[in-house]
Amino acid sequence: MDILSNLAFGFGVAFSLQNLAYCFAGVLLGTLIGVLPGIGPLVAIGMLFPLTFTLPPVAALIMLAGIYYGAQYGGSTTSILVNLPGETASAVTCLDGYQMARQGRAGPALAVAALASFFAGCVGTLLIALAGPPLAEWALLFGAAEYFSLMLMALVASAVLASGDIVKGLCMVVVGLLLGLVGIDVNSGMARYTFGVMELYDGIGFTVIVVGLFAVAEVVGNLESKEAREVFTKNIGKLMPTRKDIRDSSWPTVRGTAVGAVFGVLPGTGPALSSFVTYMLEKKIAKDPSRFGKGAIEGVAAPEAANNAAAQTNFIPMLTLGIPSSAIMALMMGAMIVQGITPGPQVMTQNPELFWGIIASMWIGNLLLVVLNLPLVGIWVSLLRVPYRWLFPSIIMFCCIGNYSVNNSAVDVYLCALVGVLGYALVKLGCEPAPLILGYVLGPLMEEYLRRAMLLSRGDPTVFLTRPLSLAFVIGTALILAVMIAPAVRRKREGG
Amino acid sequence: MKFELRNNKDFLAGSLFIAIGVLAVVVARNYPFGTAMRMGSGYFPTVLGGILILLGAWVMVRGLRSGEKLKSGWGWKPLALIALSIVLFGSIMARLGLVPALVAVLFVSAYAGREFRFKEVLVLTAVLCVFAVVVLLYVLKMPYPLIAGLLWIS
Repeated sequence: MDILSNLAFGFGVAFSLQNLAYCFAGVLLGTLIGVLPGIGPLVAIGMLFPLTFTLPPVAALIMLAGIYYGAQYGGSTTSILVNLPGETASAVTCLDGYQMARQGRAGPALAVAALASFFAGCVGTLLIALAGPPLAEWALLFGAAEYFSLMLMALVASAVLASGDIVKGLCMVVVGLLLGLVGIDVNSGMARYTFGVMELYDGIGFTVIVVGLFAVAEVVGNLESKEAREVFTKNIGKLMPTRKDIRDSSWPTVRGTAVGAVFGVLPGTGPALSSFVTYMLEKKIAKDPSRFGKGAIEGVAAPEAANNAAAQTNFIPMLTLGIPSSAIMALMMGAMIVQGITPGPQVMTQNPELFWGIIASMWIGNLLLVVLNLPLVGIWVSLLRVPYRWLFPSIIMFCCIGNYSVNNSAVDVYLCALVGVLGYALVKLGCEPAPLILGYVLGPLMEEYLRRAMLLSRGDPTVFLTRPLSLAFVIGTALILAVMIAPAVRRKREGG
Repeated sequence: MKFELRNNKDFLAGSLFIAIGVLAVVVARNYPFGTAMRMGSGYFPTVLGGILILLGAWVMVRGLRSGEKLKSGWGWKPLALIALSIVLFGSIMARLGLVPALVAVLFVSAYAGREFRFKEVLVLTAVLCVFAVVVLLYVLKMPYPLIAGLLWIS
């Protein structure tokens, strides 16, 4: 078996002492930050991103991946113990997890969440290993036109599926694309949108955008609303779930994993939507739907499995096609670019140690999560007792240090403040920031592919419709838009 | 009417997008546009700016029709103080060194919270300063002065 030997190779890479250490560090740091209410995986990765600059590429990505699922896992701990999710993907876990905690069953809830996540993580990892090579081989057939259309589809999907408002989502994508263009144009050597600021010649830094848009804007948003949360830190109860708990949660876990795995691959959806969809599914097929929302263990197991499966399969389009399907994957892609690796199908052949090493380390990371976090839950609980008035100045401080340390330049710090203000305004006006990040990462690539496609077709724009694969992506884009816009139009007609 | 628009969510969002789009197009006029076959560096940004203006106009018009208001007011105080604290960090870091910059960012940002307890912030600042200095200067070996002109760690 090819896959077995590849996986064995990957485990060889991941089990090196150095990579194990970075995986461990990533998972631990990620959980630590993810547990803090209001800080999701995106901010965690954004803040710790500069730390990995000096590491070799494999170690850097292993650590970032560890931070990602660590933070996600930490988020579920928070949503079970506090009725306040650390991140959107765990919002659904709140519904039943928190109720279980109130009934003195926080321990089993945490344990089931961990085990369901681990199961989903294993399946997800295996799926990447299985789907990766054929997909990458297929993607080698892509020309510039195909890539452009595929990116278009990914961006439109992210805007449409992210949440709520489609038009605003599309606006955010375009703003992101424009932000991505700042700096020297690789083709002409011309500096664009730099306004004479030397520091902008290399473009606006990744950390600046992510930290400003998510961390700074989030802190300001939190400060403006009232702080009210009830923390269950006294009585976690026994950790071990009963046999009935295991039996009740095993099928929901499997179903959650399946839903999550599918949603993870789709662009723009990711963990948050998948956990919501599985929860609705479980509620629909349950014998007694009224139990949901009152501490049903299925309501914890299924969404947790779904969001972890999605977190893993999220990597598939990014690693094989070079197309991020969520803001976090856009970050990961940014990390690869910073490390001098162009994401895409050639990664698997040119950097096999990176590809298979990351996959193997994901499994190790998931194992570490279970092994580490169940015993350490006491520590996470005590972290939840830290009042927000101590937390937020610390978050701002880390944001500042993180931004300054990238280029040792004050300009990056000023820009971060500016992006933070813009981000706060946008969130306030009902615009999701996630599509912007996708646009920002894909901006320069998209321009390059558009240029190349048009050059090859001698300026004929029908090239995107005459090449079959490209046509398929364009039709896909149109379908996504049509499906989402149609109900809105109908509603309006009925209303008026 | 004017006062109404100031709190109209979609109208404001649309205006912001239009403003960004116009800025993009106007600045891109300084860059060669080229042709569809040989795109200049102004081609893509101009197209994007145009799309943004159109989409922004759509959002704006929708806002005028629905008249949906912002749910809550703007948090001017935390916004201003947090932004200020970050800017202060940047300028002090470059001129006076790490420790003064940390003190500035922590004190000013903490003031943005609902309650400001001087003693707590003092302790928090002390703890985080020690932590940051140890991690940045000793573990990561960044070349930052603790306090410019006074203390250098080599």
